[in-house]
Formats: sequence, C-alpha cells, structure tokens
Amino acid sequence: MDIPYTVKDRPDTGLYNGKLGIWLFLASEVMLFGGLFSAYVFLRTGAESWPTGADILNVPLATLNTLFLITSSVTMVMSWASLKLKEFDKFKLYAGLTLLLAASFLVVKYFEYTAKFDHGLFPSTNNFLGIYFTLTGLHVIHIIGGMIVIFFFWMPGAKMWESDPDRFTNRIEIVGLYWHFVDLVWIFLFPVLYLL
Amino acid sequence: MSTDHHKDSIWTKYIFSTDHKIIGLQYGFTSLVWLLVGFTLMMIMRYQLAYPGNPVPIVGNLLGEGGIIPPEMYNSLGAMHGTIMIFLGVVPLAFGAFGNYFLPLQIGTIDMAFPKLNAASYWMYFVGSIVMIVGFFVPGGAANSGWTSYPPLSVTATMGQTVWLLGMVFLITSSSLLGSVNILVTVIQLRAKGMTWMRLPIFVWTQFITAFLLLLAFPPLEAASVLQLMDRLVGTSFFMPSGLVVSGVVQNYTGGGSPLLWQHLFWFLAHPEVYVLILPAFGIITEVIANNTRKPIRGYKAMVYAMVFLGFMSFIVWAHHMYITGMGTSIGAFFQTTTMIISIPSVVILTTLFLSLWGGSIRFNTPMLFALGFIPMFGIGGLTGLPLGLAAADIHLHDTYYVIGHFHYIVAPGTIFALFAGIYYWFPKITGKRTNETLGKLHFFFSFIFMNGVFMPMFVQGLAGVSRRLWDGGEIYAHAADVLYLNEVMSISAWLLGLAQIFFIVNMIISLRGKKTGETNPWGATTIDWTDTTSPPLGHGNFETVPTVYRGPYEYSVPGADKDFTPQSEKG
Repeated sequence: MDIPYTVKDRPDTGLYNGKLGIWLFLASEVMLFGGLFSAYVFLRTGAESWPTGADILNVPLATLNTLFLITSSVTMVMSWASLKLKEFDKFKLYAGLTLLLAASFLVVKYFEYTAKFDHGLFPSTNNFLGIYFTLTGLHVIHIIGGMIVIFFFWMPGAKMWESDPDRFTNRIEIVGLYWHFVDLVWIFLFPVLYLL
Repeated sequence: MSTDHHKDSIWTKYIFSTDHKIIGLQYGFTSLVWLLVGFTLMMIMRYQLAYPGNPVPIVGNLLGEGGIIPPEMYNSLGAMHGTIMIFLGVVPLAFGAFGNYFLPLQIGTIDMAFPKLNAASYWMYFVGSIVMIVGFFVPGGAANSGWTSYPPLSVTATMGQTVWLLGMVFLITSSSLLGSVNILVTVIQLRAKGMTWMRLPIFVWTQFITAFLLLLAFPPLEAASVLQLMDRLVGTSFFMPSGLVVSGVVQNYTGGGSPLLWQHLFWFLAHPEVYVLILPAFGIITEVIANNTRKPIRGYKAMVYAMVFLGFMSFIVWAHHMYITGMGTSIGAFFQTTTMIISIPSVVILTTLFLSLWGGSIRFNTPMLFALGFIPMFGIGGLTGLPLGLAAADIHLHDTYYVIGHFHYIVAPGTIFALFAGIYYWFPKITGKRTNETLGKLHFFFSFIFMNGVFMPMFVQGLAGVSRRLWDGGEIYAHAADVLYLNEVMSISAWLLGLAQIFFIVNMIISLRGKKTGETNPWGATTIDWTDTTSPPLGHGNFETVPTVYRGPYEYSVPGADKDFTPQSEKG
C-alpha cells in the first residue's frame, strides 16, 4: 500500500500532500517574520530617536537586489512551467538563472554588510542596525536554504525527471512557492528598513 | 512512500524507523523519561523548601558544598523543571507520542503524510532535549532565569541561558514545524473514505487544533529566541533598557530596547501553549469516557465548535500574564474580556464531558478512574484561573504560589492524569496485552491523594502572599509564618507521589512480560483503531484493507443493535 495523494490531487481539497504541507510551513514562516516585524514596530515606537534607513543604508544597491530577487521569482516560475510543457532543457536554463540571480543577491549583500562593518556600524551600535542585521541575516539564511534545494534539483536531483516526471514537477512547484515567499519577505524588508 | 518489505535490521526497525507507530513509541519512551527527570528535579527542590539550608540526602553531593542547594542551583532546578516538564515531557507525550501513534489509526491511513519528516521531527526533539541537558554541565550551570526567561535577567545570566535558547530553537523546529505540518496534512488529506469531518473522533479534532496552535504560536518564540541570542552573543540590546544597573554595576549595553518586548513575544507563544497542553488531554478523556459509559458523548458538535473557538481565542489573551507590567487600563480591559470569553468554551467542553456520565453504565476500570479524576481536577485548575484573569485580583496573586497551584492543577492532575488514562486505555492496542487492574487502581488512588496534597496547600500559601521564587520557601517572610508548615506537607506529598509512580512502572514491566490475550477490541470500542486492525497493529501499513467509514465515532448502545457498540466501519 502507498500513501495516497503524494502526486495526484485529493479531489475534495484539490491539493497533493506536499503542496498543502508547504503552504502550512509558509504560514508558520509568516508568524516567524511577523514576530520580528512586530518587534521592529515595538522597538521603533518605543525609541527616543530612530534613524531614517536611507541615511545609513545603501538604497541603490538594495534596489538592484530587489530587481535580482523579483527576476529570480520569474525565472523560478518559468522553470516550473517548462517542466509542465515537458521542456527539460529550458528547466535547466531557468533554474540555473534562478541560482545565478540568487547568488548575485548574496554578493551584493556581502558588499553591503562589509561596507557597514568598515564604517564601524555593527549590530550592537544601535537597535536600528541590530534589527536590520537580524532581519536581513535571517532572510539571507532563507535564501541560502532555498539555493541549496534548487541546486539539488538542478543537478543531482534532476535524475527524477526520468523516473517520475510528475513528482519532479510537483517538487519544483513546491520549491517555487517557498522561493516566492522568500522574495515576498524581501519586498517587505526593503521599504521597511531602507525607505521608511 | 511504498511499504516494500526489505529486510529490517534492528536499526532500521526500531531506531531510524519511518513507521508512525515506532516514532510514536520513541516519543513516548523519551518523554516519559524526561517527565521522571523533571519530577526528580522538583523532588530535590522540595527538600530545600521544606528544610531550608539542610543538606539534601542521597544526591546532596551533586548539588553543592555540604549537600546544601545553593540559591543559583535552586534557580537552575526551577527553570529546568518547567522547561523539561513542558517542552520535553508533556507536549511530546501528548502530541508526539499519542498523536503519532493513534491519529493515523483513527482516521484510517497507513502512515502519516510525510514519514521521513516524522522521523526527522523525533530526532530533532531528541537532539534538542540533549542540548537542554548539556546546560547543567557548562560554567555557571543550566539556565536559571525561570522557564519564562525574562530579560534583562536572562540576558545577563550565565552561559546556560545560551544553551537553553539553542535547545529551544531545536525543539520548536521539531515539535512545532515538522510535527504539526505532518499532523495537519495527514488529517486534511489522508482520512479514509467516508471519514467526514463530523465523523472524526474527538481525539483527532483535539490533535488537529493543537497542531494549528503549534504551527502558528511557536514561531514568535523562535523570533524572540533569535533576538535574545543576538542580545547575548552579538551585543544588541533588543531587550536591554538604557542605563541598566545590575548589582551596582552599570551594564555595558547601548540600550534603547524593552524587556516588555520579550514578554509579549513569549506569552504570544505561551498562552496558546497552555491549550497545546490541555487539548490532547480533552481528546483522550473523551475517548475513555465515551467508551466506559457505553453511551454517546453528549454534544459532539458543541464540543468541536467549542474547541475550534478555544483555539482561535487562545491567540488574543496573552497579555493577561502581564497585568503588573504597567499596561494601561483600556488594554487591560480588552485582555480581561477576552480571558473571560475563553473560559466559556472550556466550560462547555468540561460540561459535555460531565453530562456524558449521566445515564451511562459506567465501568470503573483504571483508564476511567483517571478520566473521572481529571474532570474535577481540571475544574479546580480552571476555576482558580478566573481570579488571575482579572487585573484587580491578579495584582495581589501575581507570582505567588497561587499561580503555581492553578496551572499545576491543570497540567499535573489534569493533563498528566489524562495521559495516564491514555496509556492504560491504549496499552492493549499497542502490545496486545492487558495491564494489571489492581496495580493501576493503586497507582490512581495514591496519585490522586498526593497530587492534591502537593497542590492544594499552594493556594493557601499563595493567598497569604508567598512568592513563587523563594529559595528558602518563605522563611524570611514575616507574613508567611502562619502557612510555612505547609511546605513540609507539600514536600512529603511530592515524595510520596514519586513513590506512587512505582506502581505504574512495575505495572508496565509486569504487563509487558505477560501473555498476549489475543483480543483485538478488549474495551468494545467503536473507533476504527480498535475494530479494523489487530492488536498490536500490523507493521508498516496498519490495515489489511483500509476500512470505509459509515457512521459517527461514538455509536454505543444503539437501540436495536446486536451488541452495545457499533463500529464506525459497520454498514447500516
């Protein structure tokens, strides 16, 4: 006997197990980042003075990073759509592009962080920088986690396309949902930290 | 995941198994051991409280010079008692063990939705619990800022607190994330044919709602843990106010943070956590009561809706733990109102259970005795909570032994009695053997007496104003002098309560060595975990053929039926 609905949808819910699982996982992630955003609001409203993000942080670099991530979300969808259209080579291309864009994001983030450290700006300097490094740091960990999974399905895990293409397509869809969430977190982080 | 029958070594069969039943048993054994450890810590603390400053017998040498518990050690024991009991003991036993083992059997599926994640969740829990214990061996001892870890105390505390936070991150990821996603997907996706939502046993409903609470309430504590780790390791001051002075020394923090932020994030987790502790207990008690009164429970739907409402409300009552932090009266009024509202579904559930006894032909076996003990004990725990939910009364009672008495009545003779009821009730299912009734009854009656001996005097001391965190048990308090003798009463009760558990351990060992009875359904139960699988259940796969469900879960004594229970899978 096999566990039902691992690949096919259950008729009354319209979902397969993994997709429901990732949505619930993302609900939990919303609460994690929600808790941290609440902490940001709490600290800012209670602070005597709070710097404007743009005075300390590098807005042009962050705008570039926003572009990188939004584009990577598009390529992620394209890689899943390619699998739906049975075009495995295109999947390879788009998944590779997604990885490249994610890596570019990390490189920019690296230069942003080191520039802060060079100017003597550390998490312990004040609470704005503290929450900036905590939130973006946690986001970077999420990016790296996503990259590991995408890389796995791009290289070694892609063998599954031969044995079980439907299951493989589902897996890319699930990774994609996670990736869009990570992208969305950045869409919130960018204005909150850099612009407000 | 196919269930191919490759050759199982002892490692793949019992250690790294992905079978939900084995994982449930792993959770069960581990958490029972932790319950005993957590209880032992408390039995040591109770010696210090009863005879302050006297050397502790037997284990004294481990604790401090001359066998006397130093105050820092006492704080560590207290913090770790709470942490171990809640996060390593009761939640993994109620949710990890019972949920894993019986939920798939009750809804008619061959395994959980994600068997590998399930195994991962157990091993994360295992690693997290080891990390927690490592705290005892780092310089300065284990975390000593209470299980609530309030800053600034916890941020300036010794290294044990860092270990506590790391352990907590592991435990949150295991029980909250992996376990709850698994249970939710299993219930939503893998119910057998005909198992509609309103045919689910109450036990499944409680696990389902518990999983939602774990999924959504634990991440804020993870966020808070990350922030506190930043404060401790990187030197941020999220929780550190400006100008903090500890023991006359100005602290070297940039400041500007707020200790209240931690309390908000912590209690946003920890109030739903209370319902994580009690909901699975409701589920087990409902199964036992319906089975042993031989009649349907009264108000199945009322119970389900009450539980859903309870789960929802539990997210908006958290600040009733914080009345004395100086919050405004309008915010206080909001949280007092929601707190009074949330008591309504609890009362509905307890009343339906109580009314279910009416007109039943009650069988007084061991699980039923524990269930019957649960009802008044939970009632006492719940009703003594009402004064704490009202700010005016709470200002007097806050942080006294009254609070300790209140929540222990809910968790100890409440949830833990329910867990014992569950163990005795499902023991024949797991092993195919019967437990010894005489030993079980002795276990119940002694536990019942001594539980009350431990916790009832706490209300008296608390009303007299004895603070909950005193190393000397209130000896230096002038106004505590009249109630101080109760410390000895409570301590002796606690040790005797410990001795009473020997009945349980001996019973388990004797029963496990006994012969299989060959009965599949010794209690005459209706749910499909009893009627459509063998006892013990088959290996990976559970059912010969997955049953179809035709009726509700509690069809006992149906008029005109040939026996006094009608299984869910019986056509008609």
